[in-house]
Amino acid sequence: MRTGWNVAEVIGVTQETTTARTLRLRLPGLTGHRAGQHVDIRLTAPDGYTAVRSYSVASARPGEEIDLTVEELTDGEVSPYLVHQVAAGDQLEVRGPVGGWFVWDPADPSPVQLIAGGSGVVPLMAMLRAHAVADPASAGGSAPFRLLYSVRGPAAVYYRAELDELARSPLVDVTLVYTREAPAGSPSPARRLDAATLTARALPAADNPAVFICGATAFVETVADWLVQAGHSPERIKTERYGGMGAKP
Amino acid sequence: MTDSADLDYLDGNAAAGPLSEFFAVDVVSARGRCAHCGRTAALATARLYPSSHGLLLRCPGCTEILLRLVDSGDSVCLDLHGLSFVELHRDEGGSQPNPQPPA
Amino acid sequence: MGIVSPGFFGRRRSDDPALPPGQYRTEDFPVLSAGPTPRISPDEWEFTITTETGQVHRWSWTEFLALKQDDVSTDIHCVTSWSKLGTSWRGVSLDTLFESVESECEFTMAHSYGGYTTNVPLDDLLGGKAWIAHQFDGETLEPAHGGPARLLVPHLYFWKSAKWVRGLELLRQDEPGFWESNGYHMYGDPWREERYW
Repeated sequence: MRTGWNVAEVIGVTQETTTARTLRLRLPGLTGHRAGQHVDIRLTAPDGYTAVRSYSVASARPGEEIDLTVEELTDGEVSPYLVHQVAAGDQLEVRGPVGGWFVWDPADPSPVQLIAGGSGVVPLMAMLRAHAVADPASAGGSAPFRLLYSVRGPAAVYYRAELDELARSPLVDVTLVYTREAPAGSPSPARRLDAATLTARALPAADNPAVFICGATAFVETVADWLVQAGHSPERIKTERYGGMGAKP
Repeated sequence: MTDSADLDYLDGNAAAGPLSEFFAVDVVSARGRCAHCGRTAALATARLYPSSHGLLLRCPGCTEILLRLVDSGDSVCLDLHGLSFVELHRDEGGSQPNPQPPA
Repeated sequence: MGIVSPGFFGRRRSDDPALPPGQYRTEDFPVLSAGPTPRISPDEWEFTITTETGQVHRWSWTEFLALKQDDVSTDIHCVTSWSKLGTSWRGVSLDTLFESVESECEFTMAHSYGGYTTNVPLDDLLGGKAWIAHQFDGETLEPAHGGPARLLVPHLYFWKSAKWVRGLELLRQDEPGFWESNGYHMYGDPWREERYW
């Protein structure tokens, strides 16, 4: 019988923040994936009850291994299990990586603007990582990349050290916007991302960048509207609202 | 008809997994035509309502239903009557084969 | 069935005799959204019952509120596995609305603002088993939960309790509604776990 579900082995776990964890999975037979794709994970209880949720892939490596970063949702059904219970050596049922739309194409020479709200940084990190390993002489590898990352506070930032490292590249610019709590000694107080900051920090519409926005639905709607008002073409803006397949309100 | 206060939908892209059970290629990258208003766009840009009784994709133009999928465990039922056609571009993401389980 | 995830139990399901099989108890009131929420003002709202002869019985919001009102306390069971016990509603019994309706049909289709439909046998709407509810927990029913008014048929899975209901159509033969035509059960008794065909 043909089925999209495969068994993956958890081969490592890394705590990102107090509420988020990265799981490294091995999917036998997988030959890489596209940056921005997601997987569906299915958990099955002893009585046969199942729950399926989607998680973006954070890594950009060829081969059988992928990293997922999972944020624990208050009152979540699947995320607490993935953040607290799963251990290396466990098996998980996985469908994918899937999704051919919200992906960065390394053959595209366009400049790229990434905009993340909270854990929406995960698929955008895959794009940054794919860009970092692309041939610097290639179309995509030589394209400028900017990440605007809106996050509650310093303790909620994912991939901090790696983002600092990536930002050393002259092609990469990383801006963090702290919405609730600014880092100690920060010259500016915490505040929500606004249209003025977005326009000041994002690539201008005149550069015709490929734009990828990922975050909660309200964040994505608002940011996409601001970009269109600033002259970006709606066709150049790709969005990924998260909430998880079958997520309960 | 649409209300900006209703922010309980996701992007059609998130339906890629369930639809991969039906299609050999990534169909959310394909362009689909709304049978109601004629708007034609990538299914990935349709509105996905995941927290309902099944998976619903609605046209962002007229909010009519493009596609419904009900998974009852033993079977999965796909209703496409809201789409008058689906167009794949072979040289874009639409031609990307979905991952297959190892033989 | 796939591999079992050790230590995963999902939302806790219990042996509570008040719960139908496979249900878990929730204290909140989940909203299952299948589309944009219709916003219907009481001025434009109306409720109709259409018989097999084409006769239409019609109530405006004011006429509807002038009918005898029932206070109902009941358990509700959603097919997506949550049950909410002891919910309080206020509305008009379908017995009241059907008093003046002549029909030989055994089946009905509920129609909602926004296009939703669901089929319910007429017997399941009569005999003190169903209401058109416009208050929940002493408050005006919110649009997200089906306001101005929703059908309330609590002995069936809650997808039969159509939100934003605007009318009932009497049918000689049973026909599937919105979810029933895509795999959901024609009747939907939670105690017999009639979730799907």
